[in-house]
Amino acid sequence: MTTFRKHSSSSFNFAVNFSLVADVISTVEFSHSGDLLATGDKGGRVVIFQREQENKSRPHSRGEYNVYSTFQSHEPEFDYLKSLEIEEKINKIRWLPQQGAARFLLSTNDKTIKLWKISERDKRAEGYNLKDEDGRLRDPLRITALRVPILKPMDLMVEASPRRVFANAHTYHINSISVNSDHETYLSADDLRINLWHLEITDRSFNIVDIKPANMEELTEVITAAEFHPHQCNVLVYSSSKGTIRLCDMRSSALCDRHSKFFEEPEDPSSRSFFSEIISSVSDVKFSHSGRYMMTRDYLSVKVWDLNMESRPVETHQVHEYLRSKLCSLYENDCIFDKFECCWNGSDSAIMTGSYNNFFRMFDRTTWRDVTLEASRENSKPRASLKPRRVCAGGKRKKDEVSVDSLDFSKKILHTAWHPVENIIAVAATNNLYIFQDKAN
Amino acid sequence: MFARGLKRKCAVDEEAAPAYSLQRQSLLDMSLVKLQLCHMLVEPNLCHSLLITNTDQQIQEEMTQDGRWCMPVPQTAGRASRDLLVSTEILCCCTWEGVHPAPDPGDLASEFQVVPAVQAPRGSPGSVWGRDGPQENRGSFHKSLDQIFETLESQSPGALEQLFSDVHGSYYDLDAVLTGMLGGTKLIQDGLDHVVDILVET
Repeated sequence: MTTFRKHSSSSFNFAVNFSLVADVISTVEFSHSGDLLATGDKGGRVVIFQREQENKSRPHSRGEYNVYSTFQSHEPEFDYLKSLEIEEKINKIRWLPQQGAARFLLSTNDKTIKLWKISERDKRAEGYNLKDEDGRLRDPLRITALRVPILKPMDLMVEASPRRVFANAHTYHINSISVNSDHETYLSADDLRINLWHLEITDRSFNIVDIKPANMEELTEVITAAEFHPHQCNVLVYSSSKGTIRLCDMRSSALCDRHSKFFEEPEDPSSRSFFSEIISSVSDVKFSHSGRYMMTRDYLSVKVWDLNMESRPVETHQVHEYLRSKLCSLYENDCIFDKFECCWNGSDSAIMTGSYNNFFRMFDRTTWRDVTLEASRENSKPRASLKPRRVCAGGKRKKDEVSVDSLDFSKKILHTAWHPVENIIAVAATNNLYIFQDKAN
Repeated sequence: MFARGLKRKCAVDEEAAPAYSLQRQSLLDMSLVKLQLCHMLVEPNLCHSLLITNTDQQIQEEMTQDGRWCMPVPQTAGRASRDLLVSTEILCCCTWEGVHPAPDPGDLASEFQVVPAVQAPRGSPGSVWGRDGPQENRGSFHKSLDQIFETLESQSPGALEQLFSDVHGSYYDLDAVLTGMLGGTKLIQDGLDHVVDILVET
């Protein structure tokens, strides 16, 4: 990635900051072409941003993302059978590949997945026979002549309508959804099961993975994330709370209880502690665009795995190793259970993930350089470069370094997304969305 | 990090073991409180509860093993504490304010008073993970919580009081790493209010 080679620090600049004051952002996802960016929040809302087209009269606005559509995807529900309230928080959004003028996305809360159609309307029909311009019905007996309605331009209106509701298939909380490369099916995963759906069929789903033990007392691990392979429609992976990843081939059997591949890194005995299991729990798993690698995020690191090698990852990148000596405190305040996501850039040459204090980390896989950046309003003047940040783990703190003890653990960046082609990133910091672009663009 | 710990170990061999036990006990108590708070949620987060339970089990297993070693045997104690020190270093770098009075190193029985209480929820079938129905679930939740409190009280009167009373202070004075963590205190407070409500009802 030329950016990192040419400049000693990141040249990401042109921060655009949107304040979604209402609620905490819970998911961020670019569409396949990158022209749309969807966010979901704790209040069940989805906000979609669209990238401005290149415009000669406003050269600086090129690449700006503006609000395109906002809609309420999920509402809080009550499960009467279990006397439980179901949160409306959007856990994941996944776009479907574009097939026509309309755009489709899947959004899910803990229990229900919905397929939304987002379409534009910029024309309106006028001159109906049976109703007035203001919509009132005309008395058919009074109509003496017929006219053909004509289409007239109108202000662009973006409509979101729910096309499918996939409900009642999950006993436990849904943590992942993934659209298959066949563009017809998708998977949804909860703590103990993974289901396969057809996009057209809402009253049935196939269970493909079930790790629920007969006796729940014997439960030792749960499913934490799952994803379909980007090209092989029969292959999926799922990660566990014990730090393992299983690759399943749907061709081998209907119920993928037996994995085809099992990825686990042997534990380093010298670093064993009571918190070893918790910090090894995988919070996110993502295939590379090429499909040859996958990346996993655990509490302290990001690991890149070659699908052909199960014994250990090919790369391990430390996100915030300075937290290792603070694990007890982080267990106490529950931060150790935070689920960070990770993402690849379009060419798979760089990876990104979040940390605390509104810091996020980028790793260049070709140069092995890494950088810590901050998503904050003070540091995000438009067209200014982002300054690399440094955390001082101990000893004498240099100027501009932040000491571990002064990190704000309530400012966590759990959700980040990278444009599928260009060097544009979206970073969700609590209820603020930051979009950064590379200077070269 | 570990090298430093080892040097320290050479200097304060006798004090390392009880200090570690104290920290481990505190961690166990913290896990217990967390599990109870988990179950107070209308729908517990399965992953969260499971990770805490597994951590809990590890601590208990280690405590059980310590009991069998019938310390102190000089050589083994040395080796054992060397292994333990790795965990200590990672466990905590700060001073705990003593949730329980420091147990006599020769008397590990006092540590085990808490163990059956922690095991109680696992003992009742379906109480930890079972989601078979609201009535069943609430019933078993009540039962497990009652069992915990009953066991705690019978084993060491006032232990229950002590367990919750110390939560306010010691855990959150811990170290200067955390900023803005007062929200956690509020969670404990709310949790405690809820516990009191349940106790009053039963």
